[in-house]
Formats: sequence, structure tokens, C-alpha cells
Amino acid sequence: MGNIQSISYFIPELIVTATVLVAVVADLFTSTRKVHKIGYLVIGGLAIAAFALWLSSPEDSSTLFLGTIVIDPFSRIFKFIFLLATIVAVMMSLNSDELNSVRTGEYYALMAAMVLGMSLMASSVDLIMIYLSIEVVSIVSFILAGYLRTQVRSNEAALKYVIYGAFSSGLMLYGLSLLYGLTGTTKVLELGSAVAALGPGSDLPLTAATILIMAGFGYKVAVVPFHFWTPDVYEGAPTPVTAYLSVAPKAAGFALLIRFFNSVFGEEQPLNGAVWEAIEGVPWQDILMVLAAVTMTVGNLIAIQQDNIKRLLAYSSIAHAGYILMAVPVLSQEGIYAIIFYIIVYLFMQLGAFFLAIVVSNRYETENIDDYSGIGWKSPYIGFFMAIFMFSLTGIPPTAGFIGKMYLFAALINGGSQFYWLAIVGVLNSVISLYYYMRVIKVMYFEGEREKDLYRPVGASAAIILATGIPSIIFGIRWSFLADWVNSSLKFFVSGF
Amino acid sequence: MNFNILSWLVWVPVAGAIAILFVPRDKGDIIKWMAAGFTGLQVILAAVLWMNFDKDYVGFQFMEKADWIPSFNISYMLGVDGLSIPMVALTALLSFLCVFVSWKIDKAPKGYFSLFLLLDAGMMGVFLALDFFLFYIFWEVMLLPMYFLIGIWGGPQREYAAIKFFLYTLFGSVLMLIAILALYFACGRTFNMIELMQTAPTALGTLSWWGFSGLKVVWILLFIGFAIKVPIFPFHTWLPLAHVEAPTAISVILAGVLLKMGTYGMLRINFPMIPDGTVWFAGALAVLALINVIWGALCALAQTDLKKMVAYSSINHMGYVMLGMAAVVAAGPQHGSNSAAAQLGLNGAVLQMFNHGTITAMLFILVGVVYDRVHHRNIDGFGGLASRTPIYAGVVALAWFAGLGLPGLSGFISEAMCFLGAFPVYRTIVMISTLGILLNAAYFLWSYQRIFLGKLNEKYADLEEINGRELFTVIPLAILVILLGVYPSPMIDVMKATMAHIVELVQVSPLLSVN
Repeated sequence: MGNIQSISYFIPELIVTATVLVAVVADLFTSTRKVHKIGYLVIGGLAIAAFALWLSSPEDSSTLFLGTIVIDPFSRIFKFIFLLATIVAVMMSLNSDELNSVRTGEYYALMAAMVLGMSLMASSVDLIMIYLSIEVVSIVSFILAGYLRTQVRSNEAALKYVIYGAFSSGLMLYGLSLLYGLTGTTKVLELGSAVAALGPGSDLPLTAATILIMAGFGYKVAVVPFHFWTPDVYEGAPTPVTAYLSVAPKAAGFALLIRFFNSVFGEEQPLNGAVWEAIEGVPWQDILMVLAAVTMTVGNLIAIQQDNIKRLLAYSSIAHAGYILMAVPVLSQEGIYAIIFYIIVYLFMQLGAFFLAIVVSNRYETENIDDYSGIGWKSPYIGFFMAIFMFSLTGIPPTAGFIGKMYLFAALINGGSQFYWLAIVGVLNSVISLYYYMRVIKVMYFEGEREKDLYRPVGASAAIILATGIPSIIFGIRWSFLADWVNSSLKFFVSGF
Repeated sequence: MNFNILSWLVWVPVAGAIAILFVPRDKGDIIKWMAAGFTGLQVILAAVLWMNFDKDYVGFQFMEKADWIPSFNISYMLGVDGLSIPMVALTALLSFLCVFVSWKIDKAPKGYFSLFLLLDAGMMGVFLALDFFLFYIFWEVMLLPMYFLIGIWGGPQREYAAIKFFLYTLFGSVLMLIAILALYFACGRTFNMIELMQTAPTALGTLSWWGFSGLKVVWILLFIGFAIKVPIFPFHTWLPLAHVEAPTAISVILAGVLLKMGTYGMLRINFPMIPDGTVWFAGALAVLALINVIWGALCALAQTDLKKMVAYSSINHMGYVMLGMAAVVAAGPQHGSNSAAAQLGLNGAVLQMFNHGTITAMLFILVGVVYDRVHHRNIDGFGGLASRTPIYAGVVALAWFAGLGLPGLSGFISEAMCFLGAFPVYRTIVMISTLGILLNAAYFLWSYQRIFLGKLNEKYADLEEINGRELFTVIPLAILVILLGVYPSPMIDVMKATMAHIVELVQVSPLLSVN
């Protein structure tokens, strides 16, 4: 589809772009005291974009802008995820004391810009576009991580993020150029057949290209061994940014990862066909399986040693990336279904847990887990929901996290016997994660006594806690609605479909 | 009966837990009476169920089924048969009595009793669920209240005990989850246990896991999940710690009901769904049973902490259950088609599950009684209490004798049945395990002697006698112990038909044919 015709399918993204511009301009005319109002403006803009997305036909499936991006049900559901995560993150930022010291006008504008970048990541089908969209997201993330200019920690976070980011995008670019050199095309949709036609002589360069490209994607989703930036960045960045970075760009990274690997290295019509096989010669499935196993194990083992709640959640987010990555090499509709389901569930529980960390830090001025002592008694409201999020992150019924994990394991078990070992590693990792998640609950409940004055979050804080906490329970008990919605989104655009 | 009695059994405690949350927290008495009321209602429901239960019917009764998540073929399905009904009765009874055992809980009673009722609901759900997914949910949901109940209201090492218990059981249950999913996909995407019992025995045959037959791997995965609950050596190390650190009522529930879930799960799932695996593993099960019997008894003998001694005695007693279960292979042609022995073994196993529930509950309650008064449990720290508290000494004597399997009390009947059932197949193992009885007698009598006989320890010259509330919690159990000791047939009649059916299901395994 040509550029002009494409615009009518690009309305949600255009609304997001307009939101960014309006926010930047409005920032110039707003006094510092009122600058947080730009946050509401951004929420409004994103809500309109979500509404426009909702109005668009769910079955639309076509390439846009001369074959650089596509719209399809798969990217549509991810765009909803990005919008939802960003709206929640903006609300969290509005309720965080950490950001009171700085002018936040462009902070909110940047968050909206992030949505644009991530939407493009989820829908790009051209190697150049893939690179550009990743860079948009990365550069915005660098600024957000370093937003607390006066704090050394925040500056350090941004700098580390930049260095790792530059390094891994360099690697990825090299991988993409190898792929282009082998096939002569940058179009992902054509790469599949071009790669299949290459013959065994190209297996080695293809494998090298896979690993290099994986470095770029792996950096975005924080997969071991590209995870080293995570803890420092997550600890140094303002907490709402950390929460946001641990959810939304990861989701975008997985969207891209799924589309890329399944289109380029899978035979037959990816996702839409019944028969769907990996091409022979390039052991990308094995590479991803090993990465998944290592990622969750390393993430969990290091998380055990953390004393800072942000670092704990940061390392645990590495482990969650590992769980999600398990289902990528399965190459089945069920695998992708499980991934999308898990990302949605993860969004609620991870953002919720981070937000409670913000509430605790606002009220008790600590990020240290040992200082959480007795919070379950001092504030039953915080205690209860923190417990829900911790159980959900561990994956214990009746919480949503369990259902998400169950789908992941189900996809592996149904994928065939080569995935069984990964499923076992996955469930054992859940047991390891229980140890550190329960530590938070232990400190909150097993120590301390009931007090007279109970602390109870009110207003917007309470609303965010409920908005993330209730889905974390409900989707563990009745998730039919979510399941059907995810199920209807399992369609890629493919040429000739 | 046209009202959903099984759902009521499961959801009445949940309703109670929610109702309690709305009571102001300084109204401790109201909370306790509410908990008693809701569990009492559950006892009445269980009694009604028992009365209306058709004991000759093979298969599930009072079935309820509703779609839950159609896209993944998960349903809400409950039913009861001769295997689950004794467990349902045991759960209802012990939950009710434990409310009174917990009467002295002063720390946050609202939280305690809400969690307690949730635990009750979870246990009931495990015994009634016929959808494998639902079973798993109940199985796991039970862990959460248990973790808090041990961790908040337990003894000095409660934090360690709570997390250890949680880690162990979660380790087992995630492996079980893998097995459940494997069964789900192998048997045409169903969690329906009744369908699985029909399709699983053949469907698993084609599966291969790393060169092993899938059937054996799935069997082992399920087995580990259940073995940790039982607990079977070497997965037993969480038990003494959790049982000792938990508050008395929770120890009673742990030993009285939770341990049975392990053996219940094996009889409900491993035996009928994977008979080949059962036959293949039966010999090992008998050996593990022997280890449990001897190891548990020896450990109990070595304890100086009274509660720990009782905890280890559970390991010993569950060993008899496993021995009875291993007898199932006697029905095969290879072992002379001795169906009678197989049925005897299984009946004995289930009866022993029930009897151990009542006996160990008495033991833990009575240990709690003395601990509440003197705040220690060192066996050597007492002496001559019988002269000071004769009623207490009498009740303890009854419980201790029941624990060591004195003829005339319920434990003897079921242990004998387990031995007799297993004898034709595992002659040597049975002969060695009878040593366990001897060791049992040794530690029970020896501890009784040190605590109650001899010269009165001057420190306890004004020790208070067991009070009415405490007697009320023990007497119903004592009556059951005596009654089933002299006249066990009502209980055996209820389970007989189902056990015969399980034996038939296992018997068909080709592994049992003669060649």
C-alpha cells in the first residue's frame, strides 16, 4: 500500500504523535507548579489513541508505507498492551514523590513517544524499519532512565544504558547486514523464502547472523547474557520508569522477536497455517531454548541475593523474560498465544508490584526489603495486594500469573519431546523464585504487630492498586474473555494471505 | 438429593472466611463462634452426605459439572466415591474440632480463622474435585493459608519452617503440573478425571521422554508431587519442622488431613490412570514403605521433643498406608490372582489413612494441652504427671496405645489389614516392617513412662488438669478410635466397592501377566 492510502490505517499512531507534539509545546507554556497537568494531557491523548485503535477493524491485515510496516491482529493487540502500560506508567509517575524535584513536562511527552516507537517495533517488517524503531525506543529510554539529572545514580543508569545499547545495536546491525548480504532483500516477508532457498552452504553465516541479531533483541528484552545493564539501570532510574521499562519495551521486544524469527526462520505460512516448521540447518530454536533456560536461572539466582526491592523486581523481570522466551522456539500458535497472554498478565502484576514499591517509598521512605518489616500489619491494604502480586509473579493459583505460566508450559509440553527439558527447567525456576518473592511477604507479615493507625492509600494511588490488583486475581479465576481476545489476535500479515 | 451438597461442602468455609472479614477485629469471641458455626455446618453436611451415600455403587456420586473455561476444556466438576468420602468426613470433623483447639489464639484472630477456613475449603476441594485442573488449583490454594498460618502463628523457627514447607510442596506440585499437562495433551485435551481414567492407560503408551517410556516419567512426576505430601523418604525432611513449629491446630490439620492428600492422590490418579506405572513401581513403593516405617520409628525413638516424636510417628504410620497400597499387585496373575489380598491391602490403606487422621489428631492435641500449661515439650522435663492430672494421663494413655497399634483400638485393625494384604507378595518386607510396630511401642511407652510415671516433678505440683474444652476436642476422636477398633465394618463397607474397582483397573496391566 502506498504512503497516502496507508495514512488512514495509521490513525492511532498519528494521534500518539500529535500527543507528543502537543505535550512538548504545552510544556513551554506551563508553570513548574502545574507542569504535572501535562501528564493528564498525555493520558487523554493515549486514551483517544486507544479508542481509535479500538474502532479500527480487528481483522485488518495489510502492509503499509511501501511494505515497511504491517497492520495485523498480532500488532493490534500489542499496541493495546503498549497503550495500557504507558497510561498506567504515567499515572504511576503522577503519584510518585521521586519526580517532584524535576520539571516533568517533557518526561510525559517522552513516554508518549515511546508508544510510537514500540508500536512500530510490533509492526515493522523491514530490516531498516526494525532498526529504526528499536532505536526510537532505546533513545527515549536512555533519557527517561537519566531523568533525575541531579542524582548520580540516575545519571549512571542512563550512561550504562547508552553504552550497552550502542554496543548491542551495533551487533544487531551487523547481523542484519549479513542477512541482507546473503539474501539481497530487507523485506522480512521475503526473507523467509530467500533464506529457505539458500542451501546448506550458508548455514554458518546464517547462524552467525541469528546470534548477532539476537544480541539486539536480547538487549531489548534483557535476556542473558545481554542483561548486564538491567539491575543498575532499573535501580538508578526513577521507579515509575523502571516499572515501565521492565514491561513495555520488553513486550515490544518480544513482538519483534516473534515476528522476525517466525517469519524468517519458519517455513510455511507463519502463525496462520497448520503446518509450520523451522528451516533446517540454522539451530535457532536450540539457541533460543538455551538462552531461555539460562536467562531464567540466572535471573532467579541473582534475585535471591537482592535486598533492594527495585533490584529484586529487576532481576525477577529477567527471569520472566526467560519464561516468555521459552515459548518462542516452539513455533506454534499455542506458543505465541501463551506469550501474549503472559505479557498481558505480567503487565498487571509487575506494574502493580512496582507501584506498591513506590507507595511504600513515598510513605516509609525505603526501598530496602528488610525495612518492609510489619507493613502487612501497618497497612493491610498494601500488604494484601503486595502478597497478591508476589503470588502472581511466582505463579501460584488462584492468581493470573499461574494461568499465564500454565499456558507457557502447556505450549512446551504440546510442542514435542524436545521441549520437555525446558518445561522442567521452567517449573523448577518457579520454585526458586518462590523463595525471594516470599521473602517480601515474610518480612511484611511474619514480623511486626498490629498498630492503631492503619495507613491506607487513597485517591489515584488506590485506583492504580485496584486497577492492577483486581485483574491479577480475576484473570486467575475467570480468564475466558482474555483468552478469547488473545486467541483472535493470532494472525500475522503474510504476503498472499 | 437435588441441592449441590458437594459445592456446599467446599464453599461454606469460603463464605465463612469472607463473613469473618467483616467482623470488627476486637470481637474475638464472635469470630471464634462463627468459625465453629461454619465448620459445624460443614460437619452436618458431611454427615448428610454420608447417610445418603450409596455404598454399593461403583463410580462417582452426587456429581456436579459446569463449564469453567471452555476454550481450554476446563470444567468445575465435583464428585464423591468410596475413596473420598472417608477423607471428606475426616476433613470436616478435624476442621470443626480444630476451631476449638485454636480457641486460645489471641494474635489477630480474624486473620487466623479466615485463613483457617480457606485452608478447610482447599482441603475439601482436593478430595472432591474430579477435574484435574480444579484439583490442582485446590491443591495449590491450600498452600497459601498454610504458609501464613505456620509463619505468623507458629513457634520460634516458624519463618524457616513455613518457607521450607512451601518450597517442598511447590517443588512437588510443579512437577505434578507437568504431568497433568502431559496427560492433558496425550489424552485428547481433557482434564476430566473420569475420562482420563479410561483413556490414559493406553494413550500414554506411545509417549517417549528422553528414551524413557513417557508413562513411567509421568508416573514418577506425579509420584514425587504426592510423595512430598505423604511424606515419603527422602522427601520427608520438611515434616518434623513444619509440624513442630505450627500451632497445635495446624499441626493437627497437617498430620491429620494434609498427609492423606499424598496417598489419596496416588490412589485417585496414579493407580487408575497409569496402572502400568503402578505395577512397575509397586515393588519400590513397598521398599519405600518399609523405609518409612523403620526410619520414622527410629527417628521418633531418638527425639527428646514430644511434638517431634509425634511428628515422626506420622512418617511411620504413613508407611503402613503405602505398604497396603503396594499390595495392589497381588491381584495380578503373576502373583496368583489374589484379588482378596489386593483389596484387603487397599481397604487397609484407606482405613489407615482415616485412623491415622483421628489418632494423630489426638496425639497433637494432647501434646498441645501440656505445652499450653508448661511451655516446653522436653520429654525428660516432666515426670510423675499421672498423679497430678489423672484424667489427662488417662486420655493420653488411650491415644498413645492407639498410636502404637494396640488390639481393640482402630490403628491395629488397619495396620493388620495392610500387613495381611501385602504379605502374599512382599513376604520379607512385611516381616521386617512388623518390627516397626515394636519400635512404635518402644517410643510411645518409653515417653509415657518418662512423662507420667515415677516421682512427680516438683515444678509441676500444681499443674492444671485438662479442661472441658480440651476434652471436648479429644473425646469425639477417642470414641471413633475405640469404635473403629472393635467394629470397623461401617467404614470398610463404604470404601469396599471403590477399592475393588481400583484393583480391577490396575489388574488389567499387561505387566502383571504370567510369562
